[in-house]
Amino acid sequence: MKNWKLNSVALLLFLLGHGANAQQEVPMADGMRAEGKIYVIVAIVLIILTGLVVYLFTLDRKVKHLENRLK
Amino acid sequence: MKLRMKTWLKIVAVVLLVYVHTAGLLMDVPRLNILNETVRALYFHVPMWFGMVLLYLMSLYYAIRYLRNPLHDDDVKSVSYAHVGTAFGILGMVTGMLWANYTWGSPWHGDPKQNGAAIALLVYLAYFVLRGSLDNEEQRARLSAVYNIFAFAAMVPLIFIIPRLTSSVHPGSGGNPGFNAYDLDSRMRLVFYPAVIGWFLIGLWIVSLRVRIKKLEEKILEIE
Repeated sequence: MKNWKLNSVALLLFLLGHGANAQQEVPMADGMRAEGKIYVIVAIVLIILTGLVVYLFTLDRKVKHLENRLK
Repeated sequence: MKLRMKTWLKIVAVVLLVYVHTAGLLMDVPRLNILNETVRALYFHVPMWFGMVLLYLMSLYYAIRYLRNPLHDDDVKSVSYAHVGTAFGILGMVTGMLWANYTWGSPWHGDPKQNGAAIALLVYLAYFVLRGSLDNEEQRARLSAVYNIFAFAAMVPLIFIIPRLTSSVHPGSGGNPGFNAYDLDSRMRLVFYPAVIGWFLIGLWIVSLRVRIKKLEEKILEIE
């Protein structure tokens, strides 16, 4: 158990160091974040998600309505 | 029989997914070569597979229940879970192919994980072919419940074991444990697990709708 803890701490330290070195080299969509355009994507994805959820709720209501009629 | 899903569970699912789709795009992710920003696809692609496996597990549960005590309702539930599970699997496959195109170089890499997942989906598609080919209701329910057990038993090694025994480029395969610190760091878990729960709940919701519609169809047939 002790060994396991020690190993995971060592691995974590290694990964942290590793990540810090790679920070500058790996290209990410930083520009998009700096411009704030990422929020446009978040908004689009959320609109689609909300639309589908609303659709699911209306479908649920329709089924409920049918169930009540057939009772 | 309890058919309707609790409203609070639906709301939990929606809240979790709204959080996942916001945090999944905005929160920091590890900077990794090759993957770059596409590492975020993990929040959306992997929950489809987790959802599929969980839904297939529910399908298996109701198949076994049917074989122990042949109740028509259990058969309806079993097929509904398998149906929605397959829909999740197809979404997982399509998103995986898109992701593979940009990280592995081609949409179909012939990777053991991809091949295994494709075969598993085909095994489950055969389940629906089997059901469609039998007219007798009891025979259909019994045979498909037996086949369901076989399908689940085939899926587990195809998706989880064979890719680990051979060399696979898919993360969590090729001898590595599924969730080591490199694949999924603690920050990503905060979005990943809510995504799995949220999508699984949405899956359960759709299953409940399918079961209820099926029951309505049967009621209409009785009246006619």
